[in-house]
Amino acid sequence: MTMLDLDGRLLQRRRLWRRINASVGIRLGGVLLALIFFIALFAPLLSPHDPIAQDLTRRLLPPFWHASADLAHPLGTDHLGRDYLARLLHGSQVSLGIGIGVTLLAGAIGTMLGLMAGYFGGRVDMLISFVITTRLSLPIVLVALAAVALGGASLRTLAIVLSLLLWDRFAVVVRSATQGLRNREFVQAAVSFGASHLRIMLCSLLPNLRNILIVVATLEVANVILLEAALSFLGLGARPPTPSWGLMIAEGREHILFDPWLIALPGAALCLLILAVNLLGDGVRDALDAKAS
Amino acid sequence: MLPFLTRRLIVAALVALAVSAVSFGLMFVAGDPAVVLAGQAGRAQDVEIIRQAYGLDRPMPLQFFSWIGKALTGDFGTSLYFNLPVGAIIAERLPVTLILGSAAFLLALLVSVPLGILASIRPGSALDRAALMLAVFGQAIPSFWLGLILIVVFGVWWSLVPISGTETWQGYILPVIVLSYYAMPALMRMTRAGMIDVLGADYIRTAQAKGLPRIRILLIHALRNAILPLVSLAAVQFGMMLSGSIVIESVFAINGMGRLAWESLLRSDLPVVQAIILILSLIYVTLTTIADLINAWLDPRLRSA
Repeated sequence: MTMLDLDGRLLQRRRLWRRINASVGIRLGGVLLALIFFIALFAPLLSPHDPIAQDLTRRLLPPFWHASADLAHPLGTDHLGRDYLARLLHGSQVSLGIGIGVTLLAGAIGTMLGLMAGYFGGRVDMLISFVITTRLSLPIVLVALAAVALGGASLRTLAIVLSLLLWDRFAVVVRSATQGLRNREFVQAAVSFGASHLRIMLCSLLPNLRNILIVVATLEVANVILLEAALSFLGLGARPPTPSWGLMIAEGREHILFDPWLIALPGAALCLLILAVNLLGDGVRDALDAKAS
Repeated sequence: MLPFLTRRLIVAALVALAVSAVSFGLMFVAGDPAVVLAGQAGRAQDVEIIRQAYGLDRPMPLQFFSWIGKALTGDFGTSLYFNLPVGAIIAERLPVTLILGSAAFLLALLVSVPLGILASIRPGSALDRAALMLAVFGQAIPSFWLGLILIVVFGVWWSLVPISGTETWQGYILPVIVLSYYAMPALMRMTRAGMIDVLGADYIRTAQAKGLPRIRILLIHALRNAILPLVSLAAVQFGMMLSGSIVIESVFAINGMGRLAWESLLRSDLPVVQAIILILSLIYVTLTTIADLINAWLDPRLRSA
């Protein structure tokens, strides 16, 4: 009976699989992500054209796999005659920039709250837990949309709003990890040295949260990128002519009947980026789990 | 059970109050609401008239509690765009979103729970790895984009389903699939992880040693314990589906509450947006509270927590 044999041979096999999965995920995700980073950094050099230069005489040219394609525009042009390859390449800057920027800011907020809740406990913990619960109860997409709409739609407003909203996962994870660390000897030692609360949190606790923070941050980057795309798609994020993949999908919508590649391409780019980030995140988590057990 | 119940309900009420404060506070994000209401053509005296008519000259806490008091009786104010009571407008749209969300939720559970159980029987097997791979790839697809692609393939190329609206039940097929698929990976992983944990427990070994049929052990003995974390996650996912349907409704042109919220935002109809945020939050608070109560009922140990 295999269910019985979870310990012993099967457990070993499971752990082995996990390690292999982890390394495949890290490698595949890492290579893909490195590639996208490279594209984002060198987008201006790689692009054959200016991503926002319009040419109304060359509107809606099809991509290379169509017979009537113009190879000067390998992936065709959009409804304003802008080169689609250039826009796709530059779109990686928007996604990665927002994804990483928002994650860093939200991560700082969430980590601080989680550290305080876990370290001080008692009333502080009650208060912060209450704030976390309240934040989780809010419909995130709608609140973000409303805040962006009221603050004036732009990528900057979007980044600020998302940073102020997406700290929840960091706070939850850091809080429970800190609770686990609080009574460990090295923390108690720091207390008995007379180290200040701030010093204990930043010098004793924070370094020990590194692994968890890396995992949460990676998965959060994917979440932020998806939200930016969705909000830009709904018209309350990136403004034209910014080459945001979400906005490009929205702009391609009107041509969905005859030129579906206009929405297929930026969506595929999004999928690839999210896949890369998730593979890396899952891989790192599994590798750390395997090391821990 | 009673002390647990009271404590849990008090927390829920406090959270409900806090989310109300947030949705009330949205009115002030853009600055002076009287100026916003007066619009671009508003003169200084118009702003003053509006300030008095809407009671915006009163102290903020007073405004807040009068807003909540009215909201409790179902009075969410008047829509600036339709010039109709907000409650009536939302009541008309809410059922569509609830049908969409509930159907998507059921579909997500029907797919992900059996898949999670199957994957947990033999961790590391081909089936398990296939399910996990599917989850990783599934999570990478933005739902609004999947919706558009499905419209192209099934609506335009093959003409199997209507490409927008919910006049017929066929109109619900694609939106329900798209809305549900995004919750599947998380639910599947949670079922799998919970089952793997439980299947390693001693009482399962005992059940097997007694010679109970395997299906009975899996579905009755193991699932009952593995389902605990799943109940909480399911409540969260259902709440997220209702608020996430804003994107899906705009993709499929469905006249539900989500699309109403989006359109109201675009035409700065703030009372409608506030009411929808409040309703969605309250639904979420209710769902998570019910989930906690179900868990406490399933596992008495949680009642003292």
